[in-house]
This record gives sequence, C-alpha cells and structure tokens, in this order.
Amino acid sequence: MKFKKVMALGLGAMMVLGASGCGAKDGGTIKIGLLTPKTGQVAQYGIAVENAVNIAVEEVNAAGGINGKKVQLISYDNKADATESINLFNRLVDSDKIVALVGPVISSTSLAVAPLANEKKIPMISPTATNLAVTPDYEYVFRACYTDPYQGGTVAKFAAETLGAKTAAILYNAGDDYSTGLAAAFKEVFEAAGGTITNYEGYTADNKDFKAVLTTIKEKQPDVLFNPDYYNTVGLIAGQVKEVGLDTVMLGGDGWDDVQKDYGDVVEGYFFANHYATDDEDPIVQNFIKAYQDKYDGNTPNALGALGYDAAKIMMSAIEKAGSTEGDKILAALKATDTNAVTGHITFDENGDPKKSLAIITIEGGALKLKTKIGQ
Amino acid sequence: MNVFVQQVINGIHVGSIYALIALGYTMVYGIVRLINFAHGDILMMGAYFGLFSITIFNLPFGAAIIVAMLVCAVFGMLIDIIAYKPLRNAPRISALITALGVSLFLENLFRVLFGAEPKKMPNVSSLQGHISIGVIKISYVTVLTVLLSIIFMVGLQFIVKKTKIGKAMRSVSEDKEAARLMGVNVNKTISITFALGSALGALGGVLYSVAYYQVEPYMGMMPGLKAFVAAVLGGIGIIPGAMLGGFVMGLVESLSIGYISQSWSNAIVFGILILVLLFKPAGILGKNVREKV
Repeated sequence: MKFKKVMALGLGAMMVLGASGCGAKDGGTIKIGLLTPKTGQVAQYGIAVENAVNIAVEEVNAAGGINGKKVQLISYDNKADATESINLFNRLVDSDKIVALVGPVISSTSLAVAPLANEKKIPMISPTATNLAVTPDYEYVFRACYTDPYQGGTVAKFAAETLGAKTAAILYNAGDDYSTGLAAAFKEVFEAAGGTITNYEGYTADNKDFKAVLTTIKEKQPDVLFNPDYYNTVGLIAGQVKEVGLDTVMLGGDGWDDVQKDYGDVVEGYFFANHYATDDEDPIVQNFIKAYQDKYDGNTPNALGALGYDAAKIMMSAIEKAGSTEGDKILAALKATDTNAVTGHITFDENGDPKKSLAIITIEGGALKLKTKIGQ
Repeated sequence: MNVFVQQVINGIHVGSIYALIALGYTMVYGIVRLINFAHGDILMMGAYFGLFSITIFNLPFGAAIIVAMLVCAVFGMLIDIIAYKPLRNAPRISALITALGVSLFLENLFRVLFGAEPKKMPNVSSLQGHISIGVIKISYVTVLTVLLSIIFMVGLQFIVKKTKIGKAMRSVSEDKEAARLMGVNVNKTISITFALGSALGALGGVLYSVAYYQVEPYMGMMPGLKAFVAAVLGGIGIIPGAMLGGFVMGLVESLSIGYISQSWSNAIVFGILILVLLFKPAGILGKNVREKV
C-alpha cells in the first residue's frame, strides 16, 4: 500500500516535471549559463567572475526575479581551454536548455564559443574577453569590457603622453590572442606618437626563464617595458627584470589585475590599465564592493568581478526588458542597453563592444591606486 | 661583449639545473635501461616539499633543500618498487608506458591535493641581491644554483667511481646477471640509484622554483623534457655526458634567445639534438656499444 503511494507520488512528480519540460517558457525559472576557468593558470579570474555573477543573480532573485520568474545559474569550469569550452557550451544548450550565456572569461575560449552562440541564437556576453575578433562577426555576441586594440592603444597613449616615454620594449606571449592583440596595438599607437620600439619579443607559455631576453632588452635601455600578460607570468618577468638589473617602468593591461597579491614587491611603481578602481566613490561601485565583501569573507572584488557583475546584470535586464526568453527578443533588448554600471556608463556600438573609459592603476606599497582615467 | 658574458652566465644557470635533472635520467637509464618519464615530476614534488618546508614548517632554506631531497629519495625508491620492479623482466616498452602513467598520476595527484593554481615560492632573504663585476650582474640565486650543482655532480662522480656502492652500480649497469653471481644485491643497488637520482631531481626542483618563484603540478614537464634531451645529447647512460648535455642545452638556449629570438629558442635547441643524433647517434660522449644478443 505504502509502496503504491510512493509510486503514485513519483509518477505524479514525473508528469509535472515532464509537463514543465515541454512548456519550458512557462516554467518557473530562467536558466542562464556561465562558463569560467576555475582551475589552472587563470583560476583567480574565473572564481572572481563566478562570485560576482552569483551576487548579481541573488540580487535579481531577491527583488522578485525576472518578470516573476527566478533566475537559475548553471556554471561549469572550462579550465581556460577552448575545446572544453565548446563541449560545455553544447551541454549548456542541449541538456541544460539555457536561454543566455555569461562568459567565457578569457579571449581564446570566448573566440571558440562565439560562433556557436551565434549559430544557435543564444545571446552571449563575455565579461572579460578583450580580443577584437570576439564580437564583430557574431550578432549575438557582446562583451562588458573594452577591446585589446583599444586597451593596448590607450596604454601606449598613457606611456607617451603622461609618462613622456620615448623608447619602449614589448615582451608578449606569442601563443595568446590577448597578449598579441595588446602588443600590436601598443606598437602602432606608440610609433604613431613618435616613439621608438626597441625590442618586440614574443615568448611561449612554457618559457620560465626570461633573463636571456631581458639581458638583450637591457642593452637598449628602454624607458618602458610593455608586458601584456596574466599576473603569474608578469610576476615571473618582473622578478627577473630586477634580477638582471634592468632599470625601466613596466606597463601592462588588465591581465595584471591581482598581481599585487603575490608579486607586490617586484611590481612596485609599475602601471597597468584596468576596468574600474576600488577607490572610485560612485555608489554603484561602493555598493557592489560591499555586497561582495559581505558574501566573500571581506575580500575586495577585482576588475574581473566587477565586469562579471556588470555582464550578468546587463544580460538579466535585457531578458526582463525583452519580456521573453526568445533569443532574438533578448538580442534587441541587449542592443538598446544604456546603463550605469560598476565599470562605467555602458552603451554598445554596432559590434556589441561597450563604449566607456579606462582606468590606469599603479601599485603603491603593495596596494592598487587609481592614477588617472583615460577615454577616447 | 658584456651582453655575451651575461648571456653565458644565464645559460650556465639554466644549464646547471638541466644537468642536475639529466643526471637522474641518465643514472636510471644506465642501470635498468628505462627512460623514467616520471623524473620531471620528481622535480615538481621536490619543489612542493621545499615550499612546504619553508611555508608550513618554517625551516631555513638549507634545511628545506635537505628535506626535499630526502623525501624525494624515498618517493623515488617507492616508485621503483611499486611501478617498475614488477616489470623488470617485461618488455622495455611496458616499463616505458608505466613511466608515462606514473608521470600523469603524480601530476594529477598533486593537482587534486594542492590545486592547479601556481603557488608562490617565498623569497629567500639570504638570496636577494647580486654580485657585480663591472656591469655584469650575477644574482646570488645563480651563484648558489651553479655551486650546488657542481658540488653534487662531483659528489656523485665520487660515489660512482670510488665507493663500494658505486662499484656495485657500475657492475649492475654492465651486466645484471654477472653482478648477481658476484654477490651484488641487484635490487638494493637499483633502489639506491633511484634514490640518488630522485634526490638530485628534488634539488633541481627546489633551485628551479627559487629561480622562477612558482610551484605548480605541471612545472616538471618542460624542464623534464629538456633534461631528457640533455641526457640524450650528452650520451644517455653516461654521467659526465648528462652534465655536459645540460650545460650545452642551457647555453644554446640562452644564446639563441639573446641573439636570435625567444620564440625560436626551443626549435633551435631541439634542432641541435637532431643534428647531434644524426652525426653521433650515441650522443656527444657516447661510444658505440655492441648490442648484446
């Protein structure tokens, strides 16, 4: 008897589930996918983005969800690997039935997923993929951060105009789209401003020893050394800059974020471009920082976190304005985005790239300080 | 000229680490005819044990090196007993594949245990700074690495040539069966070889992580591969050959980065390996050995 009841309950539950499965649009939740690297070289980025996206989703759900439906976030670890990202994206679309994607985090994985998102008409917003090629060819793909050429060029402008640098050496990761993109843009703008590039050297991710190449650079005595890479490699190179006795100012892009945590002593006084500054007094910024600190043991969110939060908020408000989970309706709402976000006032251009300003940060006494804000 | 001297010093620094690791490859190959692909991961383990000795147990740097070497020596013997000993009389390819398996196992074990995120090796305060000779700068890390490498290489050469256990190692490497008939404990000798090789690998690992600050589960792959190439270049199975090979690799790498390009350096290093093997298949110091039938 009891057994039968359990069976009946089970069957009933299955029927309800089945019914809601058929009419997913009328279901109780809106599913949004998230792809971030949570293990590996850039794990710190992926975790920061995921934490911030969680806050954004909780805030929306606490305020009643989107048009009465709760948001359900489905998050996977793509290990910063392109193939892994494609497989996980297919899983998100085919078995989890997401309506929109936040992520992936780094450029190379976003480049891999972008064409698929476009083909399947899943609106996608990468919080942090800065490579130029991520958005232009794909109508459904947006980003919350500025592009590599914009960033590299602006750092070059800062070097030439604010620092008054005449010569620059560039050391970049030749196997990484992000790093090569920034390096090329820096070179172009710096030379256009009348500067000279003394060295333009690529390396691979396997390289751990930079003393040889830095010794060659040292001979040219460049005013600045531009190294657009992620924090672990930057720390490695900055330490060896000191070891070979190269006296210069290192510059970098947003990949440097968090470099002060482990390598504060070797990057003291250097500059990098970033998306927001924690000492910015705008209430949107301070409220986000407070929410993040309350939830994650007092840790201050980095720029990746801020962009993750903005990306998730932009996507959710687009779904709300669209009043639908249809890909093309969300797309139209995304295009019309005009909002104040943690990383500045955001509108999108025809490619899906945001128009906003960039913060130059310096490392002082092991902490990050806003030096200046440069726009175009 | 100054730049050239500086590049040579850089090359000797990297080369001495390659040489230390190459010794482990070459000793194991010499005695059991096995390319121990897990040796690069011994380097990684050594770096982790060194890191933990310093950060968790607050040991001084010198003690951390000794701890790492001792622990890795034990692990080296364990790996041999668990993974390779049962395959001693199996075809060589089985042992080779097992070695690859051990390597993957260790990498993933350490990833699961300690995470894939690189951990920072703390700065060793006594190693900060450098010696200046004119405009040439030699950091203390470089000096220490080269000195320790040379001391341990000379020590190893002494053990192999002058002590009883060294004699046993040479005899086992020459003919296992004959050595057994002469009363040499073959298994014990092989264990000691693994222990010695692993201790040197661990030393290489600690020195490597001090030079490049980071400890992560896959850090042994590239230096392991290069040290293997160094061992083959010098003539695998020949101890002075491994040292020579290591220094040649380091110098070629450093000079090709300095005068050609960083992105070409690996291609040049491996290209030289191909050339040496074409003209002198047994390696630089190798002699042509008659194949036993």
